[in-house]
Amino acid sequence: MQSTSHAFNENVDHALADPNLQDSLGKLKVGFSERRRQAAERLPEFEALRDRARDIKNHALANLDFYLEEFERKVVALGGHVHWAPTAADARDIILKLCQSMGARTVAKSKSMVADEIALNEHLEAAGIAPIETDLGEYIIQLRHEPPSHIIAPAVHLTKDQVADTFLEHHAKLGFTTRLTERNDLVAEARYVLRQKFLDADVGLTGANFLIAETGSSILVTNEGNADLSNTLPRMHIVLASIEKVIPTLEDLATLLRVLARSATGQESSAYTTLNSGPRRPGDLDGPEHYHVVLLDNGRSSVLGTEMQDVLRCIRCGACMNHCPVYGAIGGHAYGWVYPGPIGAVLTPQLIGVEEAGNLPNASTFCGRCESVCPVRIPLPKLMRHWREREFERHLTPAAVRQGLALWGFFARRPALYRRLTGLANRVLALFGRAEGRYRALPLAGGWTRFRDLPAPQPGGTFHSQWARKRGAR
Amino acid sequence: MSEARSQILNTIRRSLRRGELSGATREATLARMASPPLGPIPMRAQLPPAGRVKLFCQWAEINNATVARVSAAEVPGEVAAYLARNNLPARAAIAPSSQLDGLDWKSQKLLELRRGNAVASDAVAITGAFAGIAETGTLVMASGPEHPVTLNLLPDTHVVVLCEGDIVGGYEDVWGRLRARYGKNGMPRTVNTITGPSRTGDIEQAMELGAHGPRRMHILVVRE
Repeated sequence: MQSTSHAFNENVDHALADPNLQDSLGKLKVGFSERRRQAAERLPEFEALRDRARDIKNHALANLDFYLEEFERKVVALGGHVHWAPTAADARDIILKLCQSMGARTVAKSKSMVADEIALNEHLEAAGIAPIETDLGEYIIQLRHEPPSHIIAPAVHLTKDQVADTFLEHHAKLGFTTRLTERNDLVAEARYVLRQKFLDADVGLTGANFLIAETGSSILVTNEGNADLSNTLPRMHIVLASIEKVIPTLEDLATLLRVLARSATGQESSAYTTLNSGPRRPGDLDGPEHYHVVLLDNGRSSVLGTEMQDVLRCIRCGACMNHCPVYGAIGGHAYGWVYPGPIGAVLTPQLIGVEEAGNLPNASTFCGRCESVCPVRIPLPKLMRHWREREFERHLTPAAVRQGLALWGFFARRPALYRRLTGLANRVLALFGRAEGRYRALPLAGGWTRFRDLPAPQPGGTFHSQWARKRGAR
Repeated sequence: MSEARSQILNTIRRSLRRGELSGATREATLARMASPPLGPIPMRAQLPPAGRVKLFCQWAEINNATVARVSAAEVPGEVAAYLARNNLPARAAIAPSSQLDGLDWKSQKLLELRRGNAVASDAVAITGAFAGIAETGTLVMASGPEHPVTLNLLPDTHVVVLCEGDIVGGYEDVWGRLRARYGKNGMPRTVNTITGPSRTGDIEQAMELGAHGPRRMHILVVRE
């Protein structure tokens, strides 16, 4: 997928002015995040499970080479194949060749963020193979030629009416000529249309939520069952997974499953959690004849051992974006690439470069809600701060910001001067009138007041002078 | 391809500032896999048998399944009655399992059963279950000649026959049973854990049932 992360500011303007998007985003607060809170409260062990989930992922990452080799050994013993893809291009080529080996014309695809990361659909289409997205949200945005706006609810930016229009436009030729108004009718129509595509597909392609080293199993978590139809009906099942998905054992899986669904949608459990271990066996009446796992690195192995390693713990639940005030205001598309929200602000510069995506980590109020709900306790604000430092070091920060910071730094290093100046500013601001407690417009500060009010200084002087008085009084 | 493999593994080792795992570290990691340590297990996954069955039924119903508690002899009658109550055809694909074969289906003259995997035209599937998990009201299906996976997925209605004795507390109990049945590190090709009917929240975050899998799930919990 072509990134527009460099145009973040323009994307944001666009998002804030989109009434349908704002309408959809308004539902986030009462939707996923409220349900997550209730689910967490229903399970007294939830916080202990989060600690354990963090420790499991840390252990797996510290021994990643070992667990990947174990996983491979088990898959091969089960009659499956493992392919190693250092880059996105390697993974695309491996998957295309596998599809071509089956003479595939269509691929039933279950939602995979990694597939978007490597721009798989475009690659298959260019070779004359049609990838068919089968997750309802992914199907909707595929029809609309849009990228996903959320990692677990890719069409969360759309209203029901927009979906109805899209279905009418694309399904009319199949005989569905009524514009639907109810959600369940929209779901039923998509089910009917997609069912035939499942039956016709030559290859099923899925991602993986986890890989289990102990058993060689790949794990798929969905609510719809689309991943299961994708891995059951076609003759070949291809699993595309990034290397950090591997965990040691089934017991570790139990812990991670207990935090995943609750963090994501507030469900006690997703409807389907499926463990696939190899191809069809003797006596089986159904299931794929061929089973392939493609392990994608795409830069992740170099993140190990660095201050960014914690990001590799991510289990892609989406809680950080569900709780982010910035995501809640601008939605996912503004981030300009595959992964939005706080996790996107940390991952995107890593995967496509700080030059392209260096502005994303600036889109945070550092309120810390993302870290407070992360099931594997990734210190997202700290990692965003890290990227801000990298951006500054590489002189990618806009000149006005750099000059402003340099000016502030000059005074901050000269405390007496700093106190005199802030005291003066305090008195000058008071002249503009502080009756309302805030300023709607200020000379030279238009960049700030265009979007928000500046709080007026409260009576009693600057923080420094109040502090000095308090200390003196003690 | 082996070049790609060593490239990835070597980068990982370089980043972690070590070579291949060896000595005590390797032994410890192998030992961790051989006898997996447990995470925190929720209290509600540790109930005695009677409490487990009750909790399973509660969570299954919260997750939009329907539950009937019956004796083994009552199963065929309850299946026929359920289909009639819901205006569903008295025709089903049934898992070719010895457990289900042992039931008196002939007592239901109108019920037409076909043993085998499901095909697109099947409206109803009847299967057993490897286990039920009380913690979340989840069914565990292990694939094999006696339980084709398509039965869990293709038909609109899924009727499941689950023995009370197969209802366990939490996921960990299922792993134990899988290891006992399929050998250490062994697994059936596919394990489907299923919690209620298929659903989606992809339109305006509102849950709708019947996305791609069954719209209806009826669980017959069989007394022992």
